[in-house]
Amino acid sequence: MFLLQANTTALFSVGELQLLAPELILTVCACAVLVMEVVLPYKRGKLTGYFSLIAVALAGASLFAQWYANSYLLPLTGFYGMVRIDGFAIIFKAIFLIAAALSIAVSLRYLDIEGEQRGEFYALVLFATVGMMMLACGYDLIALYISLELMALTFYVLVAFTKRERRSNEAGMKYFLLGAFSSGILLYGMSLLFGVAGSTNLGDIAHKINEVLNAPPMLEGAPTPLRPMLLLGMIALAAGLFFKIAAVPFHMWAPDAYEGAPTPVTAFLSTGSKAASFALYMRIFIEALGGMRADWAPQLGLVAAITILVGNWAAVTQTNAKRLLAYSSISNAGYLLLGLVAGNTYGYVGIILYLLVYTLMNVGAFGVIIALHRRGIVGDRVDDMTGLAQKAPGMAAMMAIFMLSLGGLPLTGGFIGKYFLFGGLLQRGATEQKNWYYWLAVWAILNTVVSFYYYLRFVYAMYFREQPADNRPLALSPALNTALVVACIGVVFIGIYPQPFIHAAQALIGALAASGVVALR
Amino acid sequence: MIPMSWYLALSAVLFTIGVAGVIIKRNAIAMFMCIELMLNSVNLTFIALSSFFRDVSGQLFVFIVMTVAAAEAAVGLGIIITVFRNRESLDVDDASVLRD
Repeated sequence: MFLLQANTTALFSVGELQLLAPELILTVCACAVLVMEVVLPYKRGKLTGYFSLIAVALAGASLFAQWYANSYLLPLTGFYGMVRIDGFAIIFKAIFLIAAALSIAVSLRYLDIEGEQRGEFYALVLFATVGMMMLACGYDLIALYISLELMALTFYVLVAFTKRERRSNEAGMKYFLLGAFSSGILLYGMSLLFGVAGSTNLGDIAHKINEVLNAPPMLEGAPTPLRPMLLLGMIALAAGLFFKIAAVPFHMWAPDAYEGAPTPVTAFLSTGSKAASFALYMRIFIEALGGMRADWAPQLGLVAAITILVGNWAAVTQTNAKRLLAYSSISNAGYLLLGLVAGNTYGYVGIILYLLVYTLMNVGAFGVIIALHRRGIVGDRVDDMTGLAQKAPGMAAMMAIFMLSLGGLPLTGGFIGKYFLFGGLLQRGATEQKNWYYWLAVWAILNTVVSFYYYLRFVYAMYFREQPADNRPLALSPALNTALVVACIGVVFIGIYPQPFIHAAQALIGALAASGVVALR
Repeated sequence: MIPMSWYLALSAVLFTIGVAGVIIKRNAIAMFMCIELMLNSVNLTFIALSSFFRDVSGQLFVFIVMTVAAAEAAVGLGIIITVFRNRESLDVDDASVLRD
């Protein structure tokens, strides 16, 4: 009632709340999960997990309705330009919801084994998802910062969730210290950007930056005084975001956090959090700093090249499967950066498709590791896969598909994503007549060959080693099996018949690519 | 009237001290304090710029940062306490269970 009366003073209109319907549904359900946790007896704790799955499904339905009803009206803005619902936001939100649903499904059994079946876990996962979704649709530095922190703070808790486990504590502490540090650097970049533009709205910032860059030199012949501040801000923003996506000079937290965290959290961290950080990266660097492409594209290309190199070569010597997948995730951050370096429709479609496929195959791979985790058996070494093909042929086949897709074998989803990422780079090289784009693509392809070595180690252990690691049955549950089968079908389907996904990504991302072109001018 | 650049220089110096502290200090709580120093230097930048532009959104940002810093302190100290309970040391060099 108060809101309706306040309408005349234009606080915000009730209709604008519809823009955030999926997030509101998730927030309310997360609060309900916290209440259920207190009310339900401990034995029924799992119900909160199933309830959170329903919550994610409801949010997904609401997101679909939002897209279906407004597909010709996009982009919609509200809350004084703080929120902007466009195709970009919708497609990223869909990826986050898929990641959240799969991660919740694989965590039900894991938490039982750990004896930590508590509702807070699911509530935290839902809150993290809300943060990610707000990150995809925020169009103002304030909104982006607070949603980033909502996601990051919940992840600090999730990584340290098994509090009796020393490895989890340690991972939580390291992730917290470095995560808070990187947020501070990112924030400093935001303050400098505010100093240049005098506004926190991304559209205003882009406008102002183009003015600064195109300003005629002053009479005394001095360079534009705002330009150094702008460059410093851009570098601080890039450094903070490199931390978040685990690109190389700033990647050292990732292996520790991934190895020590509970496995479902690792799955969610490596997919949802990475996709959300990429959404933030694209929002800031394409929409706000798009005019400075000539300044950031070479720097980004260099970081991508080093990231691909270090991630792939460091993974070769790992024996712990979670740590190996952490390095693989670092190298994948490098591949995804290539899409930004390319900065054309091909590259953006590549980022979207690869993030979608990466979510499916990575949660799938961690799901298989969870299936190997039983009471008294950690099951997270590569050697624990030994003989899986005899013990559980279906599980082994799915793991093999996930691994080959991570490597990028044709007919799997990973190949389609990489094809678009590399193709975008070649296209950009052709339009700009610069050779380094070609060399970067060649470099990435060569390192992909290296990655097959360590992905195939899993396949070798599962199929070609005789002695099974142990004879006790796997810890399966209906939710885990469903999640794995869905992920596997998704990876194969996108690999064999990618056209609908490519068309959807092109249609939804088209506005962004167009805005990038305008900013380039 | 103190010129704008002095505020910016002061906050840049404070920010650098914070970054250096995070890199040099080995105690988790001391590192966390340096992170807080970084956040507060950013707040100073925002307030100075906000009064320079006569625009209120910079001050709004400061309120958000302060709220987030408080939440971060709660979460971070909680994590640090669980670590201390299991290990009786806060030196980050002792945190070496996870390693290559």
